[in-house]
This record gives sequence, structure tokens and C-alpha cells, in this order.
Amino acid sequence: MAGLATTFGSGAMTNSINEIEQAQVILAVGTNTTEAHPQVARRMLDAVDRGAKLIVIDPRRTRLAECATLHLAIRPGSDIALLNGMMRIILDENLHDDLFIEMRTENFLALRDMLYRVDLAEVEVETGVPRDRIASAARLYARAQKAVICYCLGITQHICGTDNVQSIANLAMLTGHVEKEWTGVDPLRGQNNVQGACDMGALPSVYPSYQPVADPTFRRKFEQAWGVTLPEQPGLTLLDMTHSGGQGAIRGMYIMGENPMLSDPDATKVEATLRGLDFLAVSDLFLTETAQLAHVVFPAASFAEKTGTVTNSERRVQLIRQVIPPLGETWPDSDTIMALAARLGYPMPYESQAEVMEEIALLTPIYSGIFHDRLETGWGLQWPCWGREHPGTPFLHKYYFTRGKGHFVPAQPIPASELPDDDFPLLLNTGRVYHQYHTGTMSRQCPTLTREADRALLQLNPADAKGLAIRQGEMVRLTSRRGSIELAASLTEEVTAGSVYTTFHFHEAPINRLTTAAADPKAKCPEYKICAVRVEKVSP
Amino acid sequence: MREVLTTCVYCGCGCGVYLREEGGRVVGATASRNHPVSRGNLCVKGWHLHEFIHDPARLTTPLLRKNGTLTPVSWDEALDYTTAALGRLKADHGPDSLGVLASAKCTNEENYLLQKFTRAVLGTNNIDHCARL
Ligand code: SF4
Repeated sequence: MAGLATTFGSGAMTNSINEIEQAQVILAVGTNTTEAHPQVARRMLDAVDRGAKLIVIDPRRTRLAECATLHLAIRPGSDIALLNGMMRIILDENLHDDLFIEMRTENFLALRDMLYRVDLAEVEVETGVPRDRIASAARLYARAQKAVICYCLGITQHICGTDNVQSIANLAMLTGHVEKEWTGVDPLRGQNNVQGACDMGALPSVYPSYQPVADPTFRRKFEQAWGVTLPEQPGLTLLDMTHSGGQGAIRGMYIMGENPMLSDPDATKVEATLRGLDFLAVSDLFLTETAQLAHVVFPAASFAEKTGTVTNSERRVQLIRQVIPPLGETWPDSDTIMALAARLGYPMPYESQAEVMEEIALLTPIYSGIFHDRLETGWGLQWPCWGREHPGTPFLHKYYFTRGKGHFVPAQPIPASELPDDDFPLLLNTGRVYHQYHTGTMSRQCPTLTREADRALLQLNPADAKGLAIRQGEMVRLTSRRGSIELAASLTEEVTAGSVYTTFHFHEAPINRLTTAAADPKAKCPEYKICAVRVEKVSP
Repeated sequence: MREVLTTCVYCGCGCGVYLREEGGRVVGATASRNHPVSRGNLCVKGWHLHEFIHDPARLTTPLLRKNGTLTPVSWDEALDYTTAALGRLKADHGPDSLGVLASAKCTNEENYLLQKFTRAVLGTNNIDHCARL
């Protein structure tokens, strides 16, 4: 979420989920909300029932797109061109919010100069969306009193992910759609505690609460609190680690509850790295594909067997409560970490998770008022929560942005790292389905979910299928420059001709053997959403 | 029978869910009616939240690779082996030869402890998780 942090000073959802249903216009960009964020989709559809206008920007005709007032089926990867086109029209038609720009933002002239160079005829060609539809979207969004933008991995998982996010932020600030209730910019988080893991500093460059490790002031604060000398250099990112090649910079790893073998792009490289390590320890609920490569596997207690807090997309910190004791010899991960620390000569003798939270509150300004006893009653607290008496913050950036003034950062369209050619003529896009979750470690053990969706399908436009003589349900081979898998074809108009789509939940069809590890240089977010592939019949 | 209010572990919506416990087993999940996100509703993943908890494939003992195969061992043996290996790599190749992946599925407290362990005990900032995935 680097883009939003540069612009607003904070990379989280600016609204609460419930505010979405009061919006007059909802702009959903690169989010397959009905499948990935069902409760958010429910709010969107409730708003539509109440007369709100829904604009969906998505290359695929998703279920959400079918309910939309306006669906802009853009060419994959042309988001920036489209957003710039919308902003140019807003500027030309004088629909921008001068007062907001003047009072609350900076660097507007740079954006304006860039927009004046945007050629709307070119935008039409680049995005594949007719100019009058772009203009309708721009007018709808700009004229609304209460307008929210929701976006998800369809925006961030591109080589230009950071610039995509910045373009969204530019659009919101240009029209003043940021500072109010029912109005804002809302990145939707895919997993239940992505927000919390970021807040807690499980990132190579920041301590909890986004305090940079490279800044001596913050380093000293944590050195004093923890009584140790801390490393000065920011660390390696996930992809730098899982693609380091085994005998590279990383020789030993400890992986807590992640399955990079299925979740990371270019999985063949991940496998080579993990196999080449001198030591790998994994803790998880199940013997995942990653755990199978480990030297040591710790059995972890599930969420029903431990206590703690998680933070949802709208920054709401809530309790997970223990229901039953840990099964068999499983341990909560916190016990495993404390046991390892004690053996390495640094005891961390916390009596309870509530006590860990007290230390978090002490060192993490945005969590400074969050304590387990306050969470026992009520429905959690939304950060920032500045003290014991503070009620939490349902929407961000009221009156001022976290960083002071909102900063416009003009963004130019960047071509995708890999485009279709004669050998690999189709664009592959990846994502989630409603009935499964992430790499399937948990959800595929649920009989009900598995009954609904238990195998990977390749969505293919009937026109493309006809050219390849592929029938509904037939097994096909999908090949990219990095690998090849076999899966069943599903013919559907949901994808436009020239594109195919599948999910990454299923280990039988490990799609990330095909995806590219080319990553956005600023956020290091891999470009899952685009790579060039070819589809062939599997000869019987 | 007992019902315990908790939070769904799947997506970032964070629905409030009651888990039903009977005879030491979690047997059902229902939506919290007053929770601001769930408001009496869950998606299909939430309604079946309990189903993986008692799955027979759950790991129940620590495993250590012996002669190429993962073999059940005691916690002490697994922990001792791990700390010896981490300590040796740190001594031979420096703290930055170690890397840690935290989890978007674990709690805030666990993620806090893990980054503290990585920075204060292992001595490296090589910690990340799949926020970008
Ligand atoms: S019940 Fe469904 S919508 Fe609610 S948090 Fe769980 S996965 Fe998300």
C-alpha cells in the first residue's frame, strides 16, 4: 500500500465498511468484491438498491460488473490511462474541487500539467473503452456528494501497482472525495489480518506503527524498550527471500503460517530456494506444500484454540477468543516464538496475550489506546486510538491527512512487464473464487466449501475457445515462459477475448508456476495479474 | 453447549462469529446479529468456519527430518534442533543470512512477537509477510 501512504500518509481504508452503503457513487476498481469481500459487496449492492450508482472498472464481466450502472471493461493493465482520462475530463469540464485542492493538498500543478498532456483519443485506444463511457464515469463520480473508491489486488498486483494507487488517490483528491464520512478511498484487504501484520511491523523496513527502522530516533526507542542493539539496514522483502536461490543471501528461514510454495509467483524458483536452504522451520496447522520441504515442522494451534487480536480492512481491532484447548500437542505460535527466544538467551516471559498487547500499546502510537479489557465488551476499536479514553476512528483524514497535506503524484501509464506475442498470445489474470480462500490450507479442509469448488478452472472466452477447438470442461494445457499446468476449461463471456483467468487456491494446478516475479519496484508487489500464456488441447 | 464470540479468520471484512462448542469440539458457527460488519450475515466461508478445526489432517506433534523423512519428535527436540541450526547459521554467515515470514493469518500479538524475535534475537530486519499477495 505504498502509494496511498505517499499521498495520504497512511495506507489503510479511510472509511468503515458500513459507510459504503450510504455512498451515492461507488467506484470499484480491480476488485472482485462479490467473491473476495462478500460483506463489502453486500454493502455495495444495498447501496445500489437504494439508488446509488456503481461504476466497475474491471477487465472481466464479474458478478459485480453485472450489477453495475456502468462497467468499463478495460484492457488489463490500462488502469492509469483510464484514471488519467477521467481526470482530464473532470478538469476540462470544471468538475474538480478547487477549494479542497487549495486548502488540503499540494503539488496540484504537477498533476494538472501532466493531465493537459493526456490525449483522450489515445486513452480510448489504450484502454479499449469508448470515450463517452469514460466521460460518463468521470461525471458520475465527480458530481456525487458522497463517493467512495474501493480497490483491491487488481490494482496493486501490477508492475505499476504503486502508480495505480497514486492515480486513484489523485482522482479522489481532485474531486475532494476524501475527508468525509461516506466518502473516501478504500483498499480492501484479502486476508483477515493483513492490516494487523503490517501495523505490527512484520515488514522489512518498519517497526510497529510504520516507524522506519532506518531512522535512528525510532531505532533508539525500540533499542531502549527491548534492551538490545538493533540492526540498522532495512531487511529483504518476501520475494527477495523466497527467490534468493537457496545458496544466496538467505541460508535459513522460519515461516509462520504461510505457504509461499503456492502463494508466491514463479513457484519453481521458490521451490529451488526453499530446497536449497541449510535450514527451514515451518509452523502451520497442516502439512502444507511448504512444510513438506522443512527440516522442522511445528504444529500450530488454530484460532479456536488461542486468544489474541486481529485487525480487519476498516482498521477494526477485534478479539479472537479461545473456544477449546489446543488440540493434541499443538501450541499457539506465540508459545513457539517465546520458547525459541528463551533458548537463544532472550526470554520473553509474557503471562498472557493481553500483556503482549500492553507492550504493543506502549510502542505503537496508533494502537496506544487498545487493550484487551477494552475489547472484551463492544465491537472492537478502530485505529488510530490515541489513549485509554479515545473512542477509535471510524474514518480517517478528517480535517487533515495523516501526513499533513495530501500530495498529488502524477502517474504515467507503464506497459506491463510481459505482453502477448505470437508464441504466448493470451493474457493470464489470476484471482480468487467465493468458496475457497488463498492457498486452500484451511478452506480445502472444509467439506462444504470443497463440494462447491474443488478444482481449478480456466476461464476462456468462447471465441478464443472456438479458434482452438476447445470444448466446455475439456482438459487444456496452459503454458507461460516459466512453466506449464493442466486444468479444465470453462467457456464464459466473463473474460474478454484474448484473456484467460484462473485462481491460485488449488495445489493440483499451481498457477504460480506460470506467473512472473517481475515486481513493482516501489512496493515489491508481484505482477500476478498479467502474464502472457498459450492454451492448447491436451491430446487424448 | 457453549457459544463463544470470535472473529472470522478468512477475509479482511472481519465478521463477528459465534463458535458453538459441544463436548470439547467446535461444532458450528453462527453470525453475530449485532456485530457492525456481520449484522446477522456471513458468507459461505464464515458459516462453515468450524469445519477445518478438527480435520484429521491437522498436525498434532512436532516433526523433524531424520534420514530424509519428517518424523514425529518431542517439542524439546524440535526446539533444540531449531535454535542450534539458527545459532550456527548466524555465527557462520551473519544474522542477515536468516529470514522470517510472518503471517496475515496469525494474530497481532503473534506478529508483534515474531518481528521482535527477528529483530532483537536473530538480529536482522529480514521479516515480511504476504501483504502484497
Ligand atoms: S464470514 Fe465471509 S465475509 Fe465475513 S469475514 Fe468471514 S470470509 Fe469474510
